[in-house]
This record gives sequence, C-alpha cells and structure tokens, in this order.
Amino acid sequence: MTIWCYGDDINTDMMFPGKYTYTCSTAEEILPHLLEDLDPEFADGVKPGDLILAGRNFGCGSSREQPALGLKAAGVEAVVAKSFSRIFYRASINQGLLLVECPQAVEAYRPGDEVRLEAEKGLINVGAQQFTFPALPTEILAIRQAGGLLPYARAKLRKERGSNG
Amino acid sequence: MGQTFAEKILAQKAGLESVVPGQIVTVRPDRLLTHDNTSAIVGKIARDLAEFGLANPEMHAIVLDHVIPAATEKDAAGHKAIREYVRKYGITHFFDVGEGICHQVMVEKGLALPGQLVLGSDSHTCTYGAVGALATGIDRTEASALLITGETWLKVPATIRITLQGELQPGVSAKDLVLTIIGEIGADGANYLAVEYHGDIASLTMDDRLTIANMAVEMGAKCAAFEVDATAREYLARIGFPPGSYDLVWADPDATYLRELVYEMDRVGPVVARPHTVDNVVPVAEVEGMPMQQFLLGTCTNGRTSDFEVAAAILAGRKVAEGSRLLLLPASRDILGQTLESGAMQTLIAAGGVLLPPGCGPCLGAHQGALAPEERCLSTANRNFKGRMGCKTAEIYLASAATVAASALHGVVTDPRREVRS
Repeated sequence: MTIWCYGDDINTDMMFPGKYTYTCSTAEEILPHLLEDLDPEFADGVKPGDLILAGRNFGCGSSREQPALGLKAAGVEAVVAKSFSRIFYRASINQGLLLVECPQAVEAYRPGDEVRLEAEKGLINVGAQQFTFPALPTEILAIRQAGGLLPYARAKLRKERGSNG
Repeated sequence: MGQTFAEKILAQKAGLESVVPGQIVTVRPDRLLTHDNTSAIVGKIARDLAEFGLANPEMHAIVLDHVIPAATEKDAAGHKAIREYVRKYGITHFFDVGEGICHQVMVEKGLALPGQLVLGSDSHTCTYGAVGALATGIDRTEASALLITGETWLKVPATIRITLQGELQPGVSAKDLVLTIIGEIGADGANYLAVEYHGDIASLTMDDRLTIANMAVEMGAKCAAFEVDATAREYLARIGFPPGSYDLVWADPDATYLRELVYEMDRVGPVVARPHTVDNVVPVAEVEGMPMQQFLLGTCTNGRTSDFEVAAAILAGRKVAEGSRLLLLPASRDILGQTLESGAMQTLIAAGGVLLPPGCGPCLGAHQGALAPEERCLSTANRNFKGRMGCKTAEIYLASAATVAASALHGVVTDPRREVRS
C-alpha cells in the first residue's frame, strides 16, 4: 500500500486539468490524467487500497467531479486531510469515496509509518498512535452505504413509487 | 431568536419553522443550473429518465458556455446531445451558444431571484447572492440525482458577517476589495460557511456585487449574499421583475454569527493575487513592472459593461504594448451589445484587443487563449491555479479590470491609479 502525501490547498484543477473536463467523463477516460498537474507519477503508480494524506482545504476550486470519481475508481481507500473544501466533500460522498477529516492524524504521520483505518469505528491508526474522527451524519451515511448518490436516489424513488402503486 | 439569511431560506425551503447551523435539511431547489456538462449529467441518468421521468422540467436551466463555439467534434456532439435532451423534455430555460456565461445569463434572465434557492453544477453559482438568492455549487452526480428526484440535502451553514464601511477610491474596484478579503481570511477562510455583506453597500453597483459574490467560493464559502436594496430592486425591475414578483429575505438584526469582520473600503488599494492560490494577495506596488504576455479582460468575475468601460477609458486612443495580447471576454450577449453601443468595445479593439465569444473558455484552459510554458497572464478571472489556463509552467496573476487595462498598455504590471484619467 502506498501513502501519497500532499500539502495544503490542493485544488481540483491540479487533480484534473480543466482542458480535459469536457472530453473525459468516464473512469477509463479520467484515470490516465488523475492528479496530472499535482503528481505526474500518481496515475501510473496508484493501486487499490492506497491512501492519500493531505493538508488543509483539499479539493478546493472547481466543482468538477472527476477527481472524486477518479480516486474512487482507482480504488483509493480514503483521503485523510486536515480539512476538505465543501464541493469536493459532497462530490466524494456522492461517489462513495471515503474522506477522513483528521488534522491530528496528518500531523502525526512520518514517512514509513503504517496507516490503518477502521472507518466504521471512526478510528485511524498512524504508527503507534490512534486518532478518532467523527462519524458521518446518518442521512449521509445512507448515501455512502448505498454505494453513492445515484444508487441511493434510484432505491428511494423505487421505494416511493412501490408504496404509492 | 434571530436568523441569518441562509438559515431563513433553508428553513423555508425545508418547510421548517427554523433551523440551526450544522442541521441537515432536505430541500427542493427553485432552480438547477447546468452548462456544457449537461451531456455528462444527463448521460448518467439516461435509463433513469426513461424509468422515473424528469422531476421538474421548470427547475432545469441550461446555458452552453464552457467550450463555445465547439472546439472539437466531441464538444459539438455534447452540445447536440444537450439540444436533443432540451427538445425531448421540453426544457424552456435553455440558452444556446453565444448567449453568455451561465452565471451572468442566470441573473440577466431572472432565473435566480431574491429569496430563491439555486443549485448549479458549477462552483461559481454563488454569484447569484448578489441578487439575494441562496446559490451554491454542486457536482455533476448531484445534478443528475436532482433531475430525477427534484430534491437534495444541504447542511445549514454558520455565517460570517462582513460589514463594509465607507466607499472605494478612484482606480480601486470591487475586485480589489474581495481579493483583499480573501487575502486576509484565506482560501479556506469561509469553508462550509455562508457570508453576508452588510454596511455601506449602497455605494456598490450591481456589477460590483456580482464580482464580490462570484469570488465567495475562492474563500471556500458555500454562498455569499447582499440585501436586496434600492439598487438591486431597480436592476431587477429593469430586467422585468418588479417588486412583488419575488420574496425578500434578509437576516434578522439579532441573528447569530460565527465571526464578524469590518472592512473600510476607503483603505483598500489595487491588489494582485499571485500564483498559484487566490489568497496570495499583495498590493499592486509589490509586483509593479513585472512583464506579462497575455491580459484577460472579462469572465464571469469581471466581464461586465462597467469593466469594459473602465478599461476603455484607460486605453482610449492608445495601444496595448508590443508583444502583449489583450483578450476581451464579455460575460453575455447583452453586455457585448451594451459595450458596442457605448463604443467601449470598439475602443478596446482599436487598442489591439481580441474579441472572444461570450463564454468561459480561456479562464479554465478549455478553449482559446491558452498559455505557453513560462508565460504570464494578468487576468480579471477568479482563479490563478497552476495549470488553470492550460499550461502548468505558466503563471496567472489576478487583478481588477483597471489594473489589467493599465498593465496591458505598458506590457508590465501597472498601478491603475497612474492611468485613470478624468
């Protein structure tokens, strides 16, 4: 497992340049360009189960969803950051990508530390230290558990229509 | 207990008496904006539209603006798919190539009105706070789900109250003011929060307020809003919405704020945001004389009539410096018309400016006006991120229309107060 470490204010342009936003929409189209202007080695090197560790305001800028969609499709287990920008936060929930807001864990990390998540318990282990992070509100957890917003919306609509008809 | 602007609108839209910050509410927005990304948004729910139908055709507004006219066959095919969707589902609020940048069109056409909740699959949707709407950006997938369900969840934000005092000095603009605020509170200074502007807003024009609200997302804000005063009422009446045709919603005097800030507008001077973050703001004096190759005047931040008039006053009868490219990007067809009527656009073209179609292209490196390696651009847009204009070794500096015009004249960053005539 690789832990990819980045700094503050990582914006969505660096994660997926604007010149591609109207030509690349699917996971297959997005993956070769993922994090292109931030870390040219990421797209080839990322493997399922990898983690991203970052500073403040991760995902600021454009509302483009390709970074969240791409990170989920690449199998990234979670992004752990000191804080997230709000549109990226929503986009990640909607894709079913796990975000962990835990500044202490990011501060504590030293290269070579093992990082282990126990998401359902709200725990993150960094080396020998353990930190907690708040659980998602129930309304939002339901979206994550459904596998993202569209599966959640479909199930909800079918249930409503089923009960009406 | 008093409520903020955001609390009032979200309570109303959720059908609740009151709400508190942090509460999650289910709301049905009055309007959903999508642009060139509509083809991807509708593509995700092609089968769902057949199964569930479109929740509310009246809610959906579409403006083609990001890559217009189409640069490639793929863009053209995307636009074509959008036109087919518009026909099939009877979307009446559709604006094809050339009408303008979505955020300007939404306001000009009265598709974002006071008291409304507007969501848009674009981060600068926050612009409509200038006319008293609660407006914020969402991602494509959320827009897809909204089309089939008509509803979504929102977390009620806490609010920062910013009181503006005095008035801006000659040569200083709303762009300098909002960049100054962002420079101080930081690119995440209002993350997850709403921003309310209070105080001496009467001296700010509608164009000024649109610029300020547009930049709210650059401080991380969910939304920013101004009270609908005489200036806003007059503007709304002019575009066909007289008082009584919209709901007036504003914060109670005893509302609770997370943070309160005061800015003396008289003390604000021309500033520049250096690469590669919008909060990297310094007085223009610190970068005066720095050579620039491209100058972008326009976008949804500063592509309005007053911006072109300010620039034309500086460049009238003069030429942009040799080796400098001045791109003119009006925010809408209406604005283009106004600037042609006033002669400002002819002045800028005569000075060496290149007129681009009213759209977004160069600002996000999607279409036209790309930068070469090591080049620098001084831009009136809202973002200076690395790679934003198509090249990651180029640099983008952000400034007001006056600063861009004065600098284009000399080919180097110039304090506009040296060039403001009259």
